[in-house]
Amino acid sequence: MNAPIDGLRTPSGGLVDRTRRISFSFDGRSYEGIEGDTLASALLANGVHLTGRSFKYHRPRGILAAGSEEPNALVTVSRDAARVTPNLRATQVELYAGLIAESQNRWPSLERDFGRINDLLSAFFPAGFYYKTFMWPRKAWKALYEPVIRRAAGLGRAPTHADPDRYAQRYAHCDVLVVGAGPAGIAAALTAAASGARVMLCDETAQFGGSLLADGGALIDGLAAQAWVRQAIESLQSNRRVTLLKRTTAFGYFPHNFVGLNERLNDHCEKPPQHQPRERLWQVRAKQVVLATGAIERPLVFPGNDRPGILLAGAAQTYLNRYGVRVGTRAVIVTSGDDAYQTALDLKAAGIVVAAVADLRPEAIGALPEAVRQAGIEVLPASTVLGTEGDLRVKAITLGRVEAGSIQPGQRFECDVVLMSGGFTPSVHLFSQSRGKLQWSDALKAFVPAVSAEQERSAGACRGVYDLGDVLADGAAAGTAAGEPAATGAAQRRFSVSAPKRGSESYLGVLPQATSPSGDKSFVDWQHDVTTRDLALATREGFQSIEHVKRYTTMGMATDQGKTSNLNAMAIVAKSLAVAIPQVGLTTFRMPYTPVTFGSMAGTSRGDLFDPVRTTPTHAWAQARGAVFENVALWKRARYFPRGNEDMHAAVARECRAVRNACGIFDASTLGKIEVVGPDAAEFMNRLYVNNWANLGVGRSRYGILLREDGFIYDDGVVARTAADRFHVTTTTGGAPRVLGLMEDYRQTEWPDLKVWLTSTTEQWAVIAVQGPNARLVLESMVEGIDISAAAWPHMSVARGKICGVPMLLFRVSFTGELGFEINVPSDYGQSVWEAVFAAGRQHGITEYGTETMHVLRAEKGYIIIGQDTDGTVTPDDAGLTWAIGKNKTDFVGKRSLDRASMKAADRKQLVGLRAKQPGVVLEEGAQVAEKPGQQPPMILIGHVTSSYASSVLGHSIALGLVAGGRARIGQTLYVPMPNGDLEVEVTSPVFYDPTGARING
Amino acid sequence: MADATTRSLPSAAATQWLMSMPPAARFVLHGDAAARAAAAPVWGTAFAEQACRAEIGNGRAALWLGPDEYLLLSADIESEAALAASLEQALGDLPHALVNISHRQFALEIRGPHAATILSGACPLDLDLAEFPIGMCTRTALAKADIVLWRTAAEVFHLEVWRSFSGYVTGLLNEIALEFHRV
Repeated sequence: MNAPIDGLRTPSGGLVDRTRRISFSFDGRSYEGIEGDTLASALLANGVHLTGRSFKYHRPRGILAAGSEEPNALVTVSRDAARVTPNLRATQVELYAGLIAESQNRWPSLERDFGRINDLLSAFFPAGFYYKTFMWPRKAWKALYEPVIRRAAGLGRAPTHADPDRYAQRYAHCDVLVVGAGPAGIAAALTAAASGARVMLCDETAQFGGSLLADGGALIDGLAAQAWVRQAIESLQSNRRVTLLKRTTAFGYFPHNFVGLNERLNDHCEKPPQHQPRERLWQVRAKQVVLATGAIERPLVFPGNDRPGILLAGAAQTYLNRYGVRVGTRAVIVTSGDDAYQTALDLKAAGIVVAAVADLRPEAIGALPEAVRQAGIEVLPASTVLGTEGDLRVKAITLGRVEAGSIQPGQRFECDVVLMSGGFTPSVHLFSQSRGKLQWSDALKAFVPAVSAEQERSAGACRGVYDLGDVLADGAAAGTAAGEPAATGAAQRRFSVSAPKRGSESYLGVLPQATSPSGDKSFVDWQHDVTTRDLALATREGFQSIEHVKRYTTMGMATDQGKTSNLNAMAIVAKSLAVAIPQVGLTTFRMPYTPVTFGSMAGTSRGDLFDPVRTTPTHAWAQARGAVFENVALWKRARYFPRGNEDMHAAVARECRAVRNACGIFDASTLGKIEVVGPDAAEFMNRLYVNNWANLGVGRSRYGILLREDGFIYDDGVVARTAADRFHVTTTTGGAPRVLGLMEDYRQTEWPDLKVWLTSTTEQWAVIAVQGPNARLVLESMVEGIDISAAAWPHMSVARGKICGVPMLLFRVSFTGELGFEINVPSDYGQSVWEAVFAAGRQHGITEYGTETMHVLRAEKGYIIIGQDTDGTVTPDDAGLTWAIGKNKTDFVGKRSLDRASMKAADRKQLVGLRAKQPGVVLEEGAQVAEKPGQQPPMILIGHVTSSYASSVLGHSIALGLVAGGRARIGQTLYVPMPNGDLEVEVTSPVFYDPTGARING
Repeated sequence: MADATTRSLPSAAATQWLMSMPPAARFVLHGDAAARAAAAPVWGTAFAEQACRAEIGNGRAALWLGPDEYLLLSADIESEAALAASLEQALGDLPHALVNISHRQFALEIRGPHAATILSGACPLDLDLAEFPIGMCTRTALAKADIVLWRTAAEVFHLEVWRSFSGYVTGLLNEIALEFHRV
């Protein structure tokens, strides 16, 4: 049927601008549309129905619908190599000049698709075929079967380039969110706004008005439907408490009236504005929600019901009245109710030959059927459809007659479109997502909202109210109630409507067929190629729950979530199980209502803004010195400072020697710091940490350990007492937020009686560690107000003083085993003090070092790192830290757990040193430790390596590990099984360097 | 050693709609009503009893952050130490915790007709003037950063941001604002 271009476009009418012609391409061919078209309407205006190949059988498929429920016409739209969006519904793609669209799931072309062979072989691909076949050989599933099936049963391809577009998100709050701007939604927004409420009204399409946009003749308050819509929207626009969102899909309904909206800002633009995001994800918190989501026309299930040219009758009416497009030249209409008769009249008026209206009802009586007969159209009651013909386009339909329960062959009509109408299915998707309870209506043959779970109400067609006057009144009432939930008896707004009365007669299940029906498939789910036979097979094989049938047949599991298929499928299953439809149940509706892009979900959380990148006050200095950074929690920390061509190994070896032999400078600013202040500060610390804090003098510090209630190490750090009522607690870098959280939890919920408060000071202080035998030489001329001589200021001293004229909290502490100081200065001064110390240290061999060197130095001393040498199952004793526990304390967090017998077992994994017998071999962290060599899997393993480094200072590798009964094994030889054989290791003390601690006290 | 130590500020945003504020003296004061009563005359502002409200006066501000927690801000950085000392003196033996956090965070000011809309791109609160009036302040989230948000005028918000989040927060606000303030 090659209709001449523009021959299918009506000369006038609709919401399109015939003077603005737009060229676009589909599958490489150029076409012309006009402004206001969707891709679907423009293709239909060009006589193109064939738009895709079906998912499984690769059958030719055409445009079925006119809205977001479209299951067939999925296309890929691209602007350039990176801007490629697959799986868009052509019915929702707005046309712009130069639009490039391609069909999907066909090779080599839509007209000649190799995969069509699947249709001929379909006997081998029944429902669940992949559960039964392709099982052997097992390995072939991953390598062969799955990839081939996935390619054959494809949707569009994901773009391969990074998405260059920007995406935004916005939080919004309103009194009333109205979803859907058809007659019910607009009426609801009008009355809610009139009550003074903050209102948001969104609609998934490009124009407000919903069904009114395709309505030929209705009058509302004396205005033509579309003029009424214009006036209503203008009145809403002038209200600054109303937000109107076009092209915005409410895709998810979350608890407490939290609704996700996806706004497409410029997909319809030829040239999107440069700085405008492509999409915006709205996260709306609404006090009240009005769902006015309308209803979807139900297709009919008959043999060969999927040929291109077979459309929903309402879609044909929309294409005609809204877009001025005749979907064909000769139509047969098959309907279960009055609604399609209006379509017949509209089509005839537009010059389309309506060969017949086949009515499924035994009689076709009433005003509309009468009007159709008067118009000279043949009306055939008691009809059914026995089959259709045509390859890439329907060319004929054969009807049948239902007579006294038997099927008689009926007439065959040549035609180029078949329009079907099985009544309407209310769109209860969002209502169902909100966990509202649905109820089956026998009258409507559909589920409708019954009990709301949220502050929500449905209005209009989505709750089975179809007549325009009723719909408007229903919307107005919902808007009034939502706008003023407290008010009762508010005057209800009425609209005077003149429109033909619409019935609600629906049809469910398969059209009546002879006992040996035609060989052609009857499709229930177009997008997933699920037929009546598949459903019958599923019930025959014993699946009774609709949820099981759904998964077995994949019915309703395509991207359209069965918008056009669910109810027919349920009816078919109910019939074959001989139960009532409500007993079969309804499958769960899930978000998103229609697909949402990943970009929209990600919003600004990509690239540099994916996560905060926290930097320290010396970051710029380290960058300038060529530091290589590593991520520690959200922080960037300098890992090492390579010089010349040094690799990490060489740089770390040099940095380690510099600290051990002269002096190193290290940025420790990321350590968490918590100021614990108040008269009960010491008591609070005593209850939390294992250590005894009562006897810690002002100006002294101590290594503290914090356990969880289960007795395992949670965090550690140096804690200083800076005043009788004030502790400066340090935590690990990554542990800072959770330690503060745990402390606040105990403070507020367990010990509210204590007069103590917590303040994070992590970022108040820049911390400059100066470590090494020359550290004192570097600092003694710089530090003001503190005598840092060995005699006056021993290890673990703390004092306030000044450096470079700025206030300082100075610690004498060491995580390297060397004489060490940590300078705390207010962060704004961090960089300049660092530079001053570095300059002063030059003559003493000061060397900047990073976290990798810090790790090696501390491992040489056997100092643990929480989360590396501990894993949430390590007690203080396991880690060799029993000495830290306050001996006479009656309680602390975790104390009771430490008294359990299992916590004292001799074979617990304990921290030990592991020294490889080959000094050059650095064990792999995480490697297992075995007692016996030469084992084959499954091996008996007694521990694992937690830390492992090459030690340039010691001249051999070192490792720490957790080994069962480890301390008793010191001196033993154990084995680390590796792919190339066992590595011999000697169990040693975890302290490899300066075991007497002479240097630290230097 | 010379005392020529310069402050390196965490942020240098300076556009019409987003400004880094000059350094300030900042304290967190924890304590009960008695402690607040003792501190108020020294500080020079009242301490709001109403949750999430700021009191201002004399270049100082006291922001309610919790039932016993206030954020104190002073534009006068020269007298930071003296301020702390006089507050400590006034508070004496009353149970309290006064902690200097002048350098822990910095302040941004976001202003203009789009200010609330831009913030709503990352902050889940309702910033409608009726719901979040002038003088309201609260801890909240700006995407993945903790902030203190304080509305100082109908179209002006003051943000307190931890210093290491400077790049993230200014980058995020610039990204969100791009469609409103073309560069």
